[in-house]
Amino acid sequence: MNHYETVFILNPVLSEEQTKETVQKFKELLKESKVKIVADEQWGLKKMAYSIEKKKTGFYFLFEYVTDSVDLLGKLDVAFKREERVMRWITVKLDKHAIAYAESRRKRLNTKKQEA
Amino acid sequence: MADNIRYLAPVDVNNRSAKKYCRFKKLGIKYIDYKDLDFLMRFVNEQGKILPRRITGTSLKFQRKVSQAIKRCRHMALMPYVGDLLK
Repeated sequence: MNHYETVFILNPVLSEEQTKETVQKFKELLKESKVKIVADEQWGLKKMAYSIEKKKTGFYFLFEYVTDSVDLLGKLDVAFKREERVMRWITVKLDKHAIAYAESRRKRLNTKKQEA
Repeated sequence: MADNIRYLAPVDVNNRSAKKYCRFKKLGIKYIDYKDLDFLMRFVNEQGKILPRRITGTSLKFQRKVSQAIKRCRHMALMPYVGDLLK
């Protein structure tokens, strides 16, 4: 059971429901191959350090999931490549230290949310 | 008269800088997150280039992890490839 983490950037010109729809599309793709989604974060509209496709900002999304299916990552990659709304994406395998770090990071974010 | 004072014993100038240590081993940090921007900024100079080990003093194992994290961070447009950031 490997932990993976995917971060991707959506085009900022999309309307609200278009972004939801694309994020839903990828979630469906994950759910098809019985994946346990551990975390699903939304960083919202963020300013990028440099412009991608002539855009200065982008919607950032993060998925963290656990899977043991072999071909899921290939399918995900192809789906990202085909989807022109996605500007950039990265999939990272998490080792045990990374998993521990992700847990503590989520706790920190949750406590911050409670305070805010 | 005062300018040709010559010291008999050599003045011991300790220009040996403080012993550099690898902050990751010292603090016990095990994973360097590519999303954690302000931590990675410390390993980058003004132009956004990765600082060499001889300046930061990190060990080889963690220098590789830092540089990989910075490259991923740049790929995700969280950090600039080149830029005058810390001006």
